[in-house]
Amino acid sequence: MLKIKEYVKAESLEQAYELNQKRTNCILGGMLWLKMSNRNVQKAIDLSGLGLNQIEETEEEFRIGCMTTLRELECHERLNQWCEGAVKDAVSDIVGVQFRNLATIGGSIFGRYGFSDVLTVFLAMDSYVELYKGGIVPLQEFAQMKRDNDILVRVIVKKDQRNMVYLAHRNSKTDFPVLTCAVSVNAENGCVCIGARPQKAVRLELTEAVREKVWSGVCTEEEMKKEAECIASQVKTDSNMRAGKEYRSRLAYVLIHRTLEALNTKGGDQ
Amino acid sequence: MKVKILLNGTMREAEISSDQLLIDFVRDHGCYSVKRGCETSNCGLCTVFVDDKPVLSCSMLTARVDGCKVDTLEGLQEEAKEFGAFVADQGAEQCGFCNPGMIMNAIAMFRENPEPTREEIKAYLAGNLCRCSGYEGQLRAMEAFIEYRKKGERS
Repeated sequence: MLKIKEYVKAESLEQAYELNQKRTNCILGGMLWLKMSNRNVQKAIDLSGLGLNQIEETEEEFRIGCMTTLRELECHERLNQWCEGAVKDAVSDIVGVQFRNLATIGGSIFGRYGFSDVLTVFLAMDSYVELYKGGIVPLQEFAQMKRDNDILVRVIVKKDQRNMVYLAHRNSKTDFPVLTCAVSVNAENGCVCIGARPQKAVRLELTEAVREKVWSGVCTEEEMKKEAECIASQVKTDSNMRAGKEYRSRLAYVLIHRTLEALNTKGGDQ
Repeated sequence: MKVKILLNGTMREAEISSDQLLIDFVRDHGCYSVKRGCETSNCGLCTVFVDDKPVLSCSMLTARVDGCKVDTLEGLQEEAKEFGAFVADQGAEQCGFCNPGMIMNAIAMFRENPEPTREEIKAYLAGNLCRCSGYEGQLRAMEAFIEYRKKGERS
């Protein structure tokens, strides 16, 4: 059971940061995962009074405050228009509306959880995290960093032109995913992100030739199958209660192939 | 610590422990429709509205809700009665334990989207578990309710 000695509504990020340096203190996200733990927290630090529950849009980027809920991500029209619904697709099967009204992007990303649909989808974009002390760090780098006592303030997404597709496989509709897959391509880059392996999401680059063909919508079925096979073979998978290693590897191939097909259909319309 | 919460239209001031969950606060104040069904933030039985948004009260600190408006089924009797009659008409439920949470979330859905499609209903209510039924009765009730409201608006 989660026990909390003292609740502190932070008045500034500086105050939250200072409190967070003590190991027995803890920052609250949506508190959904934290609540499942057996932990004695001295001071629970709440960032919800700092106006960080907003998605701001500028010319070049979306700036998503750490306390923005998954439901807000799901319902944000401009963000979903830009990413072609990939964010909505990534979060809409996470438990239920009531859960998503609590769970936050900051909690999902900071935790770097293996099962995270959220980490998977944002890894496939040109995304960054803004850390209070650490500054702006590419999400891919942050995903590999060791957990520390900094504060994730925002997730920043560059609004470059890209096509994206998100797919996940679940044993039952609202369960944790068995495997997650986000693929994006644009004129310069193309990547495949696979999460819930069950380890946290990894990002692999598409080969240049396939990236270019998918972007232009002229990739053949054979080429896509070969590419999916090649990338899936590089994804390290494991077994847990939801699925076996071999099944996950097969799923990785299937999901990558399907996402490539979907992207290829969209391709050439830019 | 002290909190001030507008619970079902009445301002409540209370002394709470820092780790009290909202479900325990509302139950301490007589709102027994709000239930603990799973303890894993999955079943939707504890659904309440915080500032009109449906949330899992089993997973939210009361302290976080200080200064907010909280509504439970007890405070939404009119809306609940109207829709609940349709659920009863379909004989949708057996034990009824999940009913308050489901009605709360259905009310939230109808406020957001007065005429949801079957797929939209399923998506919105995916986080409300019922272990007796196969959800068919509830779905029929919702569709009948939508039909009834459409006709009511026409006449």
